[in-house]
Amino acid sequence: MKECKSRILAGLILALSTPLVWAEYELNLRQGVTDISHQVYDLHMMIFWICVIIGAGVFGVMFYAMFKHRKSKGHEAAQFHESTTVELVWTTVPFLILIGMAIPAAKTLIAMEDNSAADMTVKVTGYQWKWQYEYMDGDAKGVNFFSNMSTPRDQIENRAEKGENYLLEVDNPLVLPVGKKVRFLITANDVIHSWWVPDFAVKKDAIPGFINEIWTKIDEPGVYRGKCAELCGKDHGFMPVEVVALEEHKYLDWVAEQKAAGQVAAAEADKEWSKDDLIAKGEGVYNKNCASCHQPTGAGLPGVFPAITGSPIATGKIEDHINMVMNGKVGTAMQAFGAQLGDVDLAAVITYQRNALGNSVGDVATPQQIKTKR
Amino acid sequence: MSAVMADEHHEEHPKGITRWLFTTNHKDIGTLYLFLALIMFFIGGFMALIIRAELFQPGLQVVEPQFFNSMTTMHALIMIFGVVMPAFTGLANWLIPMMVGATDMALPRMNNWSFWILPFAFTMLISTLLMDGGGPAGGWTLYPPLSLQTGTALPFVIFSIHLMGLSSIMGSINVIATILNMRAPGMTLMKMPLFVWTWLITAYLLIATMPVLAGAVTMLLTDKFFGTSFFNAAGGGDPVLFQHIFWFFGHPEVYVLILPAFGVISQIIPTFARKPLFGYSSMVYATASIAFLSFIVWAHHMFTVGMPLAGEMFFMFTTMLIAVPTGVKVFNWVATMWRGSMTFETPMLFAIGFIMMFTIGGFSGLMMAITPVDFQYHDTYFIVAHFHYVLVPGAIFSIIAAVYYWLPKWTGHMYNEKLGKLHFWLSTIFVNLTFFPMHFIGLAGMPRRIPDYSLQFVEFNQIATIGAFGFGFAQLLFLYIVLQTVRGGQKATDQVWEGAHGLEWTLASPPPYHSFTTPPEVK
Repeated sequence: MKECKSRILAGLILALSTPLVWAEYELNLRQGVTDISHQVYDLHMMIFWICVIIGAGVFGVMFYAMFKHRKSKGHEAAQFHESTTVELVWTTVPFLILIGMAIPAAKTLIAMEDNSAADMTVKVTGYQWKWQYEYMDGDAKGVNFFSNMSTPRDQIENRAEKGENYLLEVDNPLVLPVGKKVRFLITANDVIHSWWVPDFAVKKDAIPGFINEIWTKIDEPGVYRGKCAELCGKDHGFMPVEVVALEEHKYLDWVAEQKAAGQVAAAEADKEWSKDDLIAKGEGVYNKNCASCHQPTGAGLPGVFPAITGSPIATGKIEDHINMVMNGKVGTAMQAFGAQLGDVDLAAVITYQRNALGNSVGDVATPQQIKTKR
Repeated sequence: MSAVMADEHHEEHPKGITRWLFTTNHKDIGTLYLFLALIMFFIGGFMALIIRAELFQPGLQVVEPQFFNSMTTMHALIMIFGVVMPAFTGLANWLIPMMVGATDMALPRMNNWSFWILPFAFTMLISTLLMDGGGPAGGWTLYPPLSLQTGTALPFVIFSIHLMGLSSIMGSINVIATILNMRAPGMTLMKMPLFVWTWLITAYLLIATMPVLAGAVTMLLTDKFFGTSFFNAAGGGDPVLFQHIFWFFGHPEVYVLILPAFGVISQIIPTFARKPLFGYSSMVYATASIAFLSFIVWAHHMFTVGMPLAGEMFFMFTTMLIAVPTGVKVFNWVATMWRGSMTFETPMLFAIGFIMMFTIGGFSGLMMAITPVDFQYHDTYFIVAHFHYVLVPGAIFSIIAAVYYWLPKWTGHMYNEKLGKLHFWLSTIFVNLTFFPMHFIGLAGMPRRIPDYSLQFVEFNQIATIGAFGFGFAQLLFLYIVLQTVRGGQKATDQVWEGAHGLEWTLASPPPYHSFTTPPEVK
């Protein structure tokens, strides 16, 4: 009855507005691209139809009574009540229906929780407000990167037209091979998040201090998008998940690319950096990692997130500043960026904070300085 | 003779503001509770409209994300603790003494105190919006570690929750004491009206669970300010522990919000069907089974936290089991209507609306009980649709139905039937326009508690926003009808409704200040 009602409703709306294509409206759960997601979809539909049938029966009887058994039609009230037979029937029959639903549900649940015999393992860590992906074994062992939302601020604040994948796009998507059983180890660094890709029927909470396990095996190559599902603070709505599933050989090409890029980054750290270069690089790092709390202008949000502009730390001793950025502040949203950013990025962002955003301390943090603090 | 003198003395109660401040009368206190609920309903509703205004379009237009989060948090806290719970307590105060044939509640001074705590608690809660760092923004469930990032507001929120809990516990003790001690001669437990039965069970649920909530929020307080690590993994604690404790309170709380509604509907349907309730004793047993089951299903609110398979199975099966007693209730109401002689005055319309839409919410609840599928539904708008279906056209409709049903008794005036029916149809149309599309956007993948969404969800969000504003403004009509009836109108008879049964209808309309000065005889 839900779908029926929905169609009538949607039909009305369609009739009232410009002619639109049905496919544009997503009304139902996604079937997804894994065996598990298909099972979940089938369970969902089965229970949905059971509810529709029961609902049609109950409401049918009720509406029949409402039309026929009314005083205005001269219907006399019967005075019957209490019938043990009827009451036994309407207790037992639903119970049997429930058992019929519980058996397939339990089977799917058991399959979902079977994390054994995985081909590869990826560790997923939630941060306010981004994801970190770490390949733990296999060809890509050691590949490790952060995945930030890449939708520009201008689109969110309505200064630019919104793109097709508004709020569902990231700078570095998680790349996985198709046809392999991938095990995810899911945890978080600060507050609880939840990693969700609807097309895989995978949703698991990322909890600081705990490691949750879940797995998937993707059937078709493609781009699959999801979101953080557990309220995790201000930018909860802005930490999408994007997974790119590739054929095995394309996946191996991607792994090789990642490893080469890692070496370039290592070489960069040994180079001499000028103050201007650091500030220029620091601006990018700041906007990606710091601006959502401390704001692009450095003004912060009074009472929630402190300002960088004129802050005693960003204008005080550089050692304290480096310490704050690298180790964070316990009990607040300020994370330990030492574990998240490379030496160059840390040096750049600290230099930027000290010499821009209205500050002009004049000194420089070098990548070498950061290295010694590790 | 001396008893008569004492009664006359009691009739002299203060006038003006002191009447309300110092009152120990169950009717005055009931009125205070109901008006508090009405005021909070408009405040919480205003917050909902801020949320819906922001969600009318993708992008950020009206409010900042942090403030948006504090709106969702405050909306929930106010609607649950400030509207539904006080409204039911108000109904209990007004009705239980009249229904069991008592003069007043058993503990009148405590009754005064348990009400007068609330305005202070809610003033404190709402004032946190003006504090450094804004109001609480971690959701009404206050999950740590996120809730521990709250600014100055945190201790004030926790203290106000303590006060609300204190008020609920005292209110519940009063209800239990009244029901168990002050029934008229001959009124055995199994002769009590169902509203009294459901409240008796609700009161036990409250006494059992409010201290659990108080414990959970106190642990948050010590984690934040006194260096404990109950919920901090780095200190050896467990963030999931909070969720277990919270939902051990939270699930029975869900039934606190709906059992009295079952009671109200079980009073109204037989009246307008002119036929006794089909299965009185099975309704009592179903209520008691739901109350028992509510204590062993809590983890279905948190299937995605990573429980062992056996745990997930246990909570899936127990949750599914709730469908049985809930089904018994719905079947009973329908069987009561069957072959009755029905008329459709406003209370009956709201009661039928309740049965239909509460059942829709029940169906989506059954769907969520299926753990593997719940992984997809969890924390999406499908959940938002579900709990609003059971709470708005569920609990709130039952409260509105109760007000229309008993308002002629309380005030001695009939309400305006035409306006009442208009109020019903506007509310029903707009409530569905608001919450039905949320099923679709939830299934299609829109998470809860987000201030901005991707483009495939635009149309249904716009419909929902239009519905929400319509529903909100329709309630101004309710306010108008209630105030109009309080001030005057056609005189109500003592019986009020042709098919009404029960002791409250044997009293005058409006009833005397002390309901039954001589206990009635119940056969």
